[in-house]
Amino acid sequence: MEFFVAQVLTGLANASSLFLVACGLSLIFGVTRIVNFAHGSLYMIGAYTGYSLMQVLPGAVGFWGSILIAGLVVGLVGLLIEILVLRPVYRAPELFQLVATFGVILVIQDLALLIWGPEDLLGPRAPGLRGVVRIMGEPIPKYDIALLIITPFVAVALWYLITKTRLGVLVRAATQDREMVGALGVNQSWLFTGVFALGSALAGLGGALQLPKGGADLLMDFNILAPVFVVVVIGGMGSLPGAYLAAIIISVLNVFGVSYLPESTLVLMFVVMIVVLMIRPYGLFGREEVAGEHGQVGEPERPIKPASNTVRMVVAAGLVLLALLPLYGSHFSLVLITDVLIFCLFAASLHFLLGTGGLVSFGHAAYYGGGAYVAALLVTHVNSPMELAFLLAPVGAGLVALAIGWVCLRLTGVYFAMLTLAFAQLIWSLVFQWGDVTGGDDGLVNIWPAEWLKATTVYFYFTLVIAVSGILILRHVAHSPFGYALRAARDSERQAEATGIDTRKVRLLAFGFAGFMGGLAGALFVFSKGSVFPNELEIARSFDALIVVFLGGVKTLAGGVVGAGFFKGIEEVLIRFEYWRLLMGLLIIFVVIAAPDGVVGSLRKGLERVGLRKVEDQ
Amino acid sequence: MSAVLETRGLTRHFGAIVAVDDVSFQLHRGELLALIGPNGAGKSTCFNMLMGQLKPTEGQVLLDGEEITGLLPRQVWRKGVGRTFQITATYASMTVVENVQMALLSHHGEILRFLPFATRQYREEALALLDLVSMADQADRHCAVLAYGDLKRMELAIALAHDPKVLLMDEPTAGMAPKERVGLMKLTADIVRSKGVSVLFTEHDMDVVFAHSHRIMVLNRGALIAEGTAEEIRTNTTVQEVYLGGGTVFADEGGAAHA
Repeated sequence: MEFFVAQVLTGLANASSLFLVACGLSLIFGVTRIVNFAHGSLYMIGAYTGYSLMQVLPGAVGFWGSILIAGLVVGLVGLLIEILVLRPVYRAPELFQLVATFGVILVIQDLALLIWGPEDLLGPRAPGLRGVVRIMGEPIPKYDIALLIITPFVAVALWYLITKTRLGVLVRAATQDREMVGALGVNQSWLFTGVFALGSALAGLGGALQLPKGGADLLMDFNILAPVFVVVVIGGMGSLPGAYLAAIIISVLNVFGVSYLPESTLVLMFVVMIVVLMIRPYGLFGREEVAGEHGQVGEPERPIKPASNTVRMVVAAGLVLLALLPLYGSHFSLVLITDVLIFCLFAASLHFLLGTGGLVSFGHAAYYGGGAYVAALLVTHVNSPMELAFLLAPVGAGLVALAIGWVCLRLTGVYFAMLTLAFAQLIWSLVFQWGDVTGGDDGLVNIWPAEWLKATTVYFYFTLVIAVSGILILRHVAHSPFGYALRAARDSERQAEATGIDTRKVRLLAFGFAGFMGGLAGALFVFSKGSVFPNELEIARSFDALIVVFLGGVKTLAGGVVGAGFFKGIEEVLIRFEYWRLLMGLLIIFVVIAAPDGVVGSLRKGLERVGLRKVEDQ
Repeated sequence: MSAVLETRGLTRHFGAIVAVDDVSFQLHRGELLALIGPNGAGKSTCFNMLMGQLKPTEGQVLLDGEEITGLLPRQVWRKGVGRTFQITATYASMTVVENVQMALLSHHGEILRFLPFATRQYREEALALLDLVSMADQADRHCAVLAYGDLKRMELAIALAHDPKVLLMDEPTAGMAPKERVGLMKLTADIVRSKGVSVLFTEHDMDVVFAHSHRIMVLNRGALIAEGTAEEIRTNTTVQEVYLGGGTVFADEGGAAHA
């Protein structure tokens, strides 16, 4: 019993900063509809800023003052991000903004490295709260007690702000119907800026508040992101009480998990999320999102056509150029192009879901990494020949995709995206924590291709053939009746269902197919590197693909491949610089602002404007 | 005459509200039947139950004597019922002819094929259907750039793709210019005559209703209150009361003037 109470108290204390960060994210999403990937980065800045301030400001006043100032500073950073990065792209298609926030993540990562250095910083203890108190004989850190008391106050203050003040009324109104609020004469841009700054400040506060418990390091931005998304989704997007309750559930559960099932801590969180969403598809306190009739917001996609002869010639010429690479390229260039080709296939498989299917999957790494792991596990545990493992990898990934799709397709919009993310994280945490089978953090090594494929040049040709075939198949399927049915389901589910199309079945098959192709890319990857680690399954890998698909152009067939080739190529060049993330982040933000239709889409429009391309029937 | 579509005691509750209350009617072969009524009378609820978008609380829907109550929209469609929507539902990223081809592909059970180019399948049939609604000249236009009236005609072509026995049209002329309205309904009437389709439609424009329907049913507060030919409905006092009010407010005034 004593132990139980102590565990609950620790859990509640841990919930405090999680709650602050999550309700910031929830507020921002509710009002601006931006899925702010950079929220973890704001949390990280809060921690670092708080740390620096605590070095300067003395005593208890200094400690608590530092936390408050850190919140304000991060609020200001949020304000700048909103004005400089997000304002120019509000009109862009839905979810395109998240690409911009991803650019912000990269920029902040390098700026933090630049300012605070690579070492983990140990958070200072709170003055006057250094020891423990004994509650029913169990030691509880005094700081935990302080957090326990502070959090409800912050929650009530926020609740008051949202339910009792004019700003709160505006925020709630905007959460329900932004257009109406605008039509009633509220200056939306300042409302958005204000909410973004407020949400950022909360993230900063959360970051600074957890310093005595966790400190500050450069990985905390991504580490907090998964739990925060889980909390927001479980609680219901845009709901503060929901975020509070969910933060407590997750934190308490986590504490118990550590004591009773230490191997399961990471998995547990996602299992809870999946269970909650199965029972309450819009979270504990969320409302059903009113999904628009058309799956894609903004200008509708152009009709697609089978490639013209000119395009076929250009592509053929490009392929010949690639095929001749071993004649004029270095060993390094072969490895590099192999990587790029694999990534292109990975991105193209995501593009099939995202563009053709209108299904925004945030967890595509599950199939890529999944394929890689299927192959690696077969080789490691049953000594399977490479060829067999290579064939079974995409099949395994496709089956995983079918299973995940079967559950996720009950939901739509952001909840759908979040559920796919949760499943990907579930697989990641399984692999990470099930060390006996998967090697855990150490990964699986010595996964080399068969003898006949060992040479770099041969494997390059192997990759070229497989990846290009995969991409061409994906493209062809988009033109087939199945691809058309998928687009029909995206454009108007109502009409599709009313003309005999089983939209759920079509989407499920699309999931399996895209998963298969993602797994194929994963299989190519694992045999080219000879090893695989859990990071091939993590959020960052899913985001990589997501970002290039958006940057390439969701509403163009070639967007995925072009985006992947373009940005992977640039990354390979930039990565040689020390602060390459900063450059890459700035480049991404620049492309987002300059080319809101993606590289391919904007290029097409540009060519039409100057008359080099025929404008089709507008 | 035999009934192609029949409802028996169709009822739908939303909580305590009875949106459709014990509605029974028959749609005969080759008939153009109008369902009219003021806003909120339950016309759309009725429609959605016929097509499978809503499950009735009670009652049955029969197609050619076979019960289709509670089937999904796509199953009802396979049985030979087509529909058009009050607000058009089209595939905005496709061309006009591709929109029609989709319905044909679905009808022929070829949705899950991976090999052929979709845009080359059933193109001739689709063009013939578009010709029927005078849209053949716009076949290769991007459907997102069409005028609303043209979209409505395209939707009609889609609805005719699987040679339906019954066509359900929910406010077919809503949002169209007056001239276009008459044109569309005349077109529909011609198709009914030439193809032997039976049509049930709801409508607010009385010119359209009286000009083309063979028979009219009036729905008020969820219940059928009248049924008959255009002339019968026009002179029906209950219907006049529903549409124009009972006249009780001004009855005294009239009396006072006479006195």
